[in-house]
Amino acid sequence: MRLLDQPLDFARLPGEVAAYGADTDGDGMLAFAKAVKDSGGRFVALWGADQREDAAGYAVHVAFGLAEGLALLTLPLAADAPRYPDLEPLYPAANRPQRATRDLLGIVATGGDPRPWLRHNNWPADFYPLRRDCDASRTFPPQPEDYAFVRVEGEGVHEIPVGPIHAGIIEPGHFRFSIVGEKVLRLEQRLGWTHKGVEKRFEQMTLSDGCRLAGRISGDSTVAYAWAYCLAAESLCATAVPARARWLRALLLERERVANHLGDLGYLGNDAALSFGLSQFMRLKEDWLRTQAQLFGHRALMDCVCPGGVAIDLTAQGAAALVEQCSAIEREVRLLKHIYDEHAGLQDRFLTTGRLAPALAAELSVAGLAGRASSQTWDLRLQNPVSPYAELEVQMASHRAGDVAARVTLRFEELFESLRLINEIVARLPEGALCAPLGAPGRALGLGWIEGWRGDVLVALQVDGDGVIRRCHAHDPSWNIWPALEHAVMGNIVPDFPLINKSFNLSYSGVDL
Amino acid sequence: MYQILKQIVRTGIRSEAPPATDPELRSIAQQLEAAMLRTLGRALVIRQIDAGSCNGCELEIHMLSNPYYNLEALGIKFAASPKHADMLLITGPVTKNMETALLRAYDCTPAPKLVVAVGDCGAGCGVFGKSYASCGGVAEVIPVDLVVPGCPPTPRALLQGILTAISGV
Repeated sequence: MRLLDQPLDFARLPGEVAAYGADTDGDGMLAFAKAVKDSGGRFVALWGADQREDAAGYAVHVAFGLAEGLALLTLPLAADAPRYPDLEPLYPAANRPQRATRDLLGIVATGGDPRPWLRHNNWPADFYPLRRDCDASRTFPPQPEDYAFVRVEGEGVHEIPVGPIHAGIIEPGHFRFSIVGEKVLRLEQRLGWTHKGVEKRFEQMTLSDGCRLAGRISGDSTVAYAWAYCLAAESLCATAVPARARWLRALLLERERVANHLGDLGYLGNDAALSFGLSQFMRLKEDWLRTQAQLFGHRALMDCVCPGGVAIDLTAQGAAALVEQCSAIEREVRLLKHIYDEHAGLQDRFLTTGRLAPALAAELSVAGLAGRASSQTWDLRLQNPVSPYAELEVQMASHRAGDVAARVTLRFEELFESLRLINEIVARLPEGALCAPLGAPGRALGLGWIEGWRGDVLVALQVDGDGVIRRCHAHDPSWNIWPALEHAVMGNIVPDFPLINKSFNLSYSGVDL
Repeated sequence: MYQILKQIVRTGIRSEAPPATDPELRSIAQQLEAAMLRTLGRALVIRQIDAGSCNGCELEIHMLSNPYYNLEALGIKFAASPKHADMLLITGPVTKNMETALLRAYDCTPAPKLVVAVGDCGAGCGVFGKSYASCGGVAEVIPVDLVVPGCPPTPRALLQGILTAISGV
């Protein structure tokens, strides 16, 4: 089939996700990428694979989000010169995935940014861990690195280096601010500090063991990752997941969304000096997590989603407790929202701060929560729903302002909608089995694509004949949103950075892998 | 303001009693002497370091400050600088990219210092393993006094670990 009237032959990929794959070359990829941009679509992800065992050289995969679903282009690359055209001029968001792909596989985007991304000089430049013949257990002594940050020059301009260890209890990253007075002229991020070799680690695991690792790529999104991973695995094995399990997965995903929004709303109040907000929201979050521990055995819901279904169940008594808690939390959060809305000092800090304009958000392919606060109305739960979302009629929230205030309001609205969804899921939960056997995996590419609380999580999975993972790439929505934060902070004052950063609350571990 | 005060009064005090200490959590002989701990009591400043975790442990460490666990009421607080810290609370696995930063933070922390490794990854038995990118547990890089296992450990387990570390030998 054709997509966007481009001369590429797309085939529907197996599985529940509406995804279409086509092989192409560099020119075909650029022409399609341009057509996607013209049609209002977005860049989703880019990653590479080593296929030399099949005498097929390397491959680079590029995923785009369209109204029809996910378009996945595969470019076969020669084993002796694995190069493909630089996508950054069309999609600035491609910069970091391209650099990460080069660091891990030695696949080069011709003319792209030559600086390393995940490699911090702690392994040699010609050591490519994701090459299949690379012995990833080798270790090397750490070396100092002189990273070429872009310098801002002019009278009175100076730099503030922050990190990798940040002042708070937060993941490590490096932020280089160029400022004049208190005003931020430029922010440049250097991430990769939590690179743990996750993708190589997958290649030592079986399809069913990989789920535990997928659920730990970004600890705040364990349900989203585990579900995306399981969708990919189930599409490889043509597994029919029982209805009850699908509905319970949605229940868990919405609970994860509420838990994160509760925490963020507390911290956003606190970062604007309203510590009352932190105490109140963290109390509610603690109540929420305790219920999860009690009903599902884990506060953060880790390992509750498993290949073939779910590892938990909900009793009638548990269902009643969930409904009661939703109503209690809704009552409390409505009261706190009223306090936040009416608090002049808080609104003064929130409004117009850290603005990401809608046009820029579109240019940077920003989706997820941050995108919806800047008019980017992408939500897989509506547009590319996996079961049971097609039956739930999710009400999407979106705003145009793109400032901290918009991201705060969006969290309130999404939280209320998730509480409604939880009630609906509990009321309509089908009876039946909780898990189906996975079956024998095929050799195709399996995809999972799930709207987590932060945005869309994509997992692409391939296995060998013996059921061991051959390649697994998990893509966090933060890849595309981090560069947007660099823009959103421009022109703001340095003390507003923590507030702006928190309003995005992006994952480090999810992009460092 | 009236609404805020009303909500504070309505919420009341939610703090719970802290857990008892557990000497089993110690991994090596205590670095701080018992006499010193008697003098300091529970006054403790912690510098938390994420040396490469998935962020799951950090989320639970955050919860220590919520009204239920109320860490500050026990005299314990988090500091921004290792130079102000008595204890480093470290999550892992320690990535190769964070190894140098962790060593520098450790060197900056004034002696005598306590090191608590948090989570299964910090303990060295986590899902990420050892590789070109991961040194493994915290003890692979710096000496560890006490380990709080779990994936992630609950706030109550974390609190128990911290209180055990400062409970004397």
